[in-house]
Amino acid sequence: MIVQPSDIEKTTAWKNVVLPPITDLHKIDIYRANGGYEGLKKALAMKPEEVIDEVKKSGLRGRGGACFPTGLKWSFMPRTSSKPKYLCVNGDESEPGTFKDRQIFEYNPHLLIEGTLIACYAMGMTAAYIYIRGEYNKWIRILQQALDDAYAAGYAGANIAGSGFSANIYIHRGAGAYICGEESALMNSIEGQRGYPRIKPPFPAQAGLWGCPTTINNVETIANVSVIIKNGSKWYSEIGTSKHPGPMLVGVSGNVNNPGVFEMPTGEPLLDIIYKWAGGIPGNKAVKAVIPGGSSTMILRGERLEGVRMDADSLKAAGSSVGTAGMIVMDEDADLIRVLTRIAKFYYHESCGQCTPCREGTVWMFKIMKRFEQNLAVAEDVDLLMDIAGNIEGNTICALGDAAAWPVQSMIRLFRDEFEKRTRKVTASAIPLV
Amino acid sequence: MLNDVNTAKVNELRNRYPTAQALVLPVLWIVQEQEGYISEDSMKYVAALLGLPFGHILGVVTFYTMLHSKPTGKHHIEICTNVSCMLRGSGKILEHLEKKLALKPGEVSADMRWSLEEAECLGSCGTAPMIAIGDEYYENLTIAKIDALIDTIAKSTDD
Ligand SMILES: Cc1cc2nc3c(=O)[nH]c(=O)nc-3n(C[C@H](O)[C@H](O)[C@H](O)COP(=O)(O)O)c2cc1C
Ligand code: SF4
Ligand code: FES
Repeated sequence: MIVQPSDIEKTTAWKNVVLPPITDLHKIDIYRANGGYEGLKKALAMKPEEVIDEVKKSGLRGRGGACFPTGLKWSFMPRTSSKPKYLCVNGDESEPGTFKDRQIFEYNPHLLIEGTLIACYAMGMTAAYIYIRGEYNKWIRILQQALDDAYAAGYAGANIAGSGFSANIYIHRGAGAYICGEESALMNSIEGQRGYPRIKPPFPAQAGLWGCPTTINNVETIANVSVIIKNGSKWYSEIGTSKHPGPMLVGVSGNVNNPGVFEMPTGEPLLDIIYKWAGGIPGNKAVKAVIPGGSSTMILRGERLEGVRMDADSLKAAGSSVGTAGMIVMDEDADLIRVLTRIAKFYYHESCGQCTPCREGTVWMFKIMKRFEQNLAVAEDVDLLMDIAGNIEGNTICALGDAAAWPVQSMIRLFRDEFEKRTRKVTASAIPLV
Repeated sequence: MLNDVNTAKVNELRNRYPTAQALVLPVLWIVQEQEGYISEDSMKYVAALLGLPFGHILGVVTFYTMLHSKPTGKHHIEICTNVSCMLRGSGKILEHLEKKLALKPGEVSADMRWSLEEAECLGSCGTAPMIAIGDEYYENLTIAKIDALIDTIAKSTDD
């Protein structure tokens, strides 16, 4: 599944560091023989605030969707606390088009474990919960095995590597709910409740899991922490683009010859990702559209990809975002109305129902999209969709509302003609909503 | 209700969390693995075990799509129909499965051997189309591969 750089011709000379091509790297002996747990030892010899400083200087930004600077997030945690502090590692990975964290669980689980321990040390936590989506049971078993090995080798648990520092890592299995990837819903899910997002403030660093100071980071973010500490922040900050540096796992799916997860420096041109990394489009068809970072990110037109790169600034300038770097490529024959209908169905299915705009709006958008899909829509329906999406955006407890609105808004803005092709020439009142 | 091995597992899990409520999901998973699904009686049992109201357990079970309050087929098939899979032909695979098993999504076969469900993205977008049967993922599917897979499973469980 992971295509190693040696397999393909590409623009950047890049050697994988998060997913290096080493056979059986998931085994602790192999991991150690390749410099594994050296980063942890290095961190344990530093002061916790020096570790946070290194992460800050590295420029690492979260890989869970929002590109938030990790070192800054860590510095929000209180130094001292009368309550325990917790780390939640987010492996819910349910954003359509995203399949990268799974590669870390499978091929480099110790990198994640090592990063988790470094993060715990830096922020003074004695327990971390790695939340993994329920369907990934096979990968949960791989990670659990790695974790058992790490405990047996003295890298996790009490008095880690003789340092006097102790921390436990527990795996918590989800049970099928996209919303549990949202950080506050994730904490409620660990607490044994329904996965309802919480109203902020308070922010997790003040009152998170069980009301205690908590940090939530994505699996790939935490894996990056290991390579930063091992190789130094300077080395890391020089990879890719300066404002959003580092190696990035980019998943490419949809209409490409060679789909998969590719590790590359940030800032690769989207066109290179499609044509060089992912082998181009079957039948040499044209690219009609690209969703750059999971289904919640705004869609881009295929003929306007020139110069657009896989980093926060470039994608923002292009009218979208990096999200989870899960690129979905659609060729000239793709039916974008069907695509959007399926996306609308997803958000309708996954809305937790706490906020009226999201609960009601996602149903309406899905129903109207079905009218387009069945060629039953009327001209006014396009504006109605825009109206509903606009009423959801910014008016909800969590970002799922925005995530449901953005694909609709961006699709209408960029592909209005697709909607118009599917409308009937009658007035809205003549047709009941299906 | 839980057997001895699973009771021991639950007791071990208590060390991992500061509250009994946090054991709800792990314990429900253990119950579902032992019983195949989570009946109302099981929910009452879990409520008593963790000292929580029955309504809380019911609320959790109904929230999560992977927790089943009714029995599923022995082989529970989930097919992802989200965008990446759709672009790579999950529609044809679903159609074929429906015919082959004479089931619609959401149904269980009369002999309780098969059940079929449409799923949201399962994290296999790069190896689409795909299905999951229980914990196992089957990826890069074709009609021929689906046929071979279902036939093999059917044969292996025929008595
Ligand atoms: C609806 C929704 C689903 C999310 N799902 C995930 C997820 O599966 N994995 C993840 O890491 N972040 C997910 N996030 C983002 C998290 O809330 C959080 O920002 C992230 O885990 C922080 O990690 P990072 O700073 O390392 O990126 C989701 C957010 C929303 C609104
Ligand atoms: S925005 Fe949607 S998913 Fe998020 S809390 Fe509100 S109803 Fe729930
Ligand atoms: S869209 Fe089917 S597995 Fe992701």
